[in-house]
Amino acid sequence: MSVTIEEVEAAAQKHPVAPYLRMDRMPHIWCPTCGIGTVMKCYAQALEEADVDMDKAAIVSGIGCTGRVAGYMNLDAFHSTHGRAIPFATGVKLGRPELLVTVFSGDGDLSGIGGNHFIHAARRNMDLLVILVNNFIYGMTGGQNAPTTPLTAKSSTMPFGNFEEPFNLPHLAASCGAVYVARWTCLHTRRLTKSFQEAIDRRGFRFIEVIAPCSTLYARLNRLGSGFDLMRFYHDSAEIKHGADPKEVGIDFQDKIICGKFIDEDRPAMHERMDAHYKKVLGDKYVPMPPEGGWLHE
Amino acid sequence: MKADPAGVLTGAHYLDGDFACGEGAMAAGCRFTAGYPITPSTEVVERISRRFPMMGGTFIQMEDELASMAAVVGASWTGTKCLTVTSGPGFSLMMENIGLGAMMETPLVVVNVQRGGPSTGLPTMTGQADMMQARWGSHGDYRLIALSPQSPQESFDLMIDAFNLSEEYRVPVLFMMDECVGHMTEKVVIPPADEIEIVPRKLTDKPPGEFLPYKANGNGVPEFARAGDGYRFHTTGLTHDERGYPVMSAECQEELIPRLINKITDNVDKISRFDEENTDGADVVLVTYGITARVARMGIDMARKKGVKVGVIRLIVVWPFPEQHIRDLASKIKAFVVPEINLGQMVLEVERCAGGKAETILVPHAGGGVHNPQDICDAILRAAK
Ligand code: SF4
Repeated sequence: MSVTIEEVEAAAQKHPVAPYLRMDRMPHIWCPTCGIGTVMKCYAQALEEADVDMDKAAIVSGIGCTGRVAGYMNLDAFHSTHGRAIPFATGVKLGRPELLVTVFSGDGDLSGIGGNHFIHAARRNMDLLVILVNNFIYGMTGGQNAPTTPLTAKSSTMPFGNFEEPFNLPHLAASCGAVYVARWTCLHTRRLTKSFQEAIDRRGFRFIEVIAPCSTLYARLNRLGSGFDLMRFYHDSAEIKHGADPKEVGIDFQDKIICGKFIDEDRPAMHERMDAHYKKVLGDKYVPMPPEGGWLHE
Repeated sequence: MKADPAGVLTGAHYLDGDFACGEGAMAAGCRFTAGYPITPSTEVVERISRRFPMMGGTFIQMEDELASMAAVVGASWTGTKCLTVTSGPGFSLMMENIGLGAMMETPLVVVNVQRGGPSTGLPTMTGQADMMQARWGSHGDYRLIALSPQSPQESFDLMIDAFNLSEEYRVPVLFMMDECVGHMTEKVVIPPADEIEIVPRKLTDKPPGEFLPYKANGNGVPEFARAGDGYRFHTTGLTHDERGYPVMSAECQEELIPRLINKITDNVDKISRFDEENTDGADVVLVTYGITARVARMGIDMARKKGVKVGVIRLIVVWPFPEQHIRDLASKIKAFVVPEINLGQMVLEVERCAGGKAETILVPHAGGGVHNPQDICDAILRAAK
């Protein structure tokens, strides 16, 4: 049975998360069976389930395959520079504190070139929801080694297998002060959506790592089958251990992936701390930035 | 609109250039500053961080200059006026997101209190060797605006112009101070708030459905929508169309990049600012800026005493360069003399515009101090021969 383009478009508009996406930008650029799209869909669904005011939500991405997510979300969206999504988002948040600001980017962007920003935003408990899609490789540039590539895995710049220790990202985030740290794979759609939703309602630096296949490069270079095979493999290799010590959740090549919510604390976010501190030390002299921002108008 | 009195410290003060620059920013309506400490610029953010909590402003000390620059681009998208402050090595790190600011057409101001370079160079001593970096520092084709104050008073006054120009043309404006001006203390008069004219963010009045974030008006400048006002716009450092959507094509590049450049070059006459003195009938014209313009006064007086007719162009807006004016002068005079605390930067621009019609003589200084006025006088005498 053949379908017309019009029918496909009409069906797309009826998709439950269509209002959360820029449907005029579909189809997206991701390869078939890439895991990123699923993560974006879960995020869109979480926005709906958390009843987020979309006019008061902004999303910031860096550069890379996951860096394209901002461009597909129907929010105020910023596709910034490589590695700088977190400091860019810090500016958006502090410039207009009432906004819900999400950073959505990849492992290379946030933990490689942007690693310094990542640890400092976690340290100061910046009020950001940081979603990191980890596919263990640089996808957009052609499969180069990442700070997350597991030992022995092949990449286009480690053609004989990676011999550098990778980051354990939940451990990194937790040790720098993140108040919410979780990890899922992209096929854990229900749990992932719930985790996004939960994190949306928290304050401070919230970090969610999502393990997803890069079908075109990581799967091919390592002969791991199709993206879908790998997606299923990740899902089936997951061991859910809520409250696990983040130190113990490092990932080895094609081995078990510990998932779950590792940290969930409530501490004031940076701007709340700033506010409380100035109120205390400056008293009536303190004039806080209004929630709608420090912009000047008549 | 008039300045918000909360940011205006009206009165006569004794301030160094860095403090005056900070006061200028606050008077201009700046309410978000991100910075990273670096000599000799840090006093600007020290001043701001002390006064911001009393006027609804937020200062954040970021982890580096890459982050500071990215943060001010981000914050500017909330409509808040933004500033970052640095010196040479930090200016180099900021180039990445200065380019983003140019591409996203983001109003903001970057202060560079220049010191001796390259690399770590002379952290506590003066220089003017980042002038070409201000023009070409980030990759790709773009045009920005740069100003250069010669005194603490101008560090205040021109800061207001810098913010206003950034709003008018939606570009990062570079405020090219130098260590001498930054650390020199002089009288600075700050006028009452109702005497300071402020250009507010030019928000669109179109409803969200009809608004195109990169559709330019007659001036080549698009209208602005703030994050959080329901526009749900998209902006990117990629080449983009009027919707702000990435379009990877030579055609889209051809639409966008010339507009980014033309919105500055087509308005050079409105943006350009320089002091001009005695150029009518002059044999030699000195082209100068920043601290060197003041040092040169003595050299000029010495040359005039020897009977040379010397005119002066003091650049206040350095970029865009007043090309046509220099071209016109070139056919009327013998030579341009360009003293600067570098080994030849703005002189290249003067020479280009002179086009061989007048000689162009550089008076170089490698940095770490200012010129000996005698050297400037000697160059003028040589030029007059
Ligand atoms: S290259 Fe890899 S990460 Fe990028 S879209 Fe394709 S499958 Fe996904």
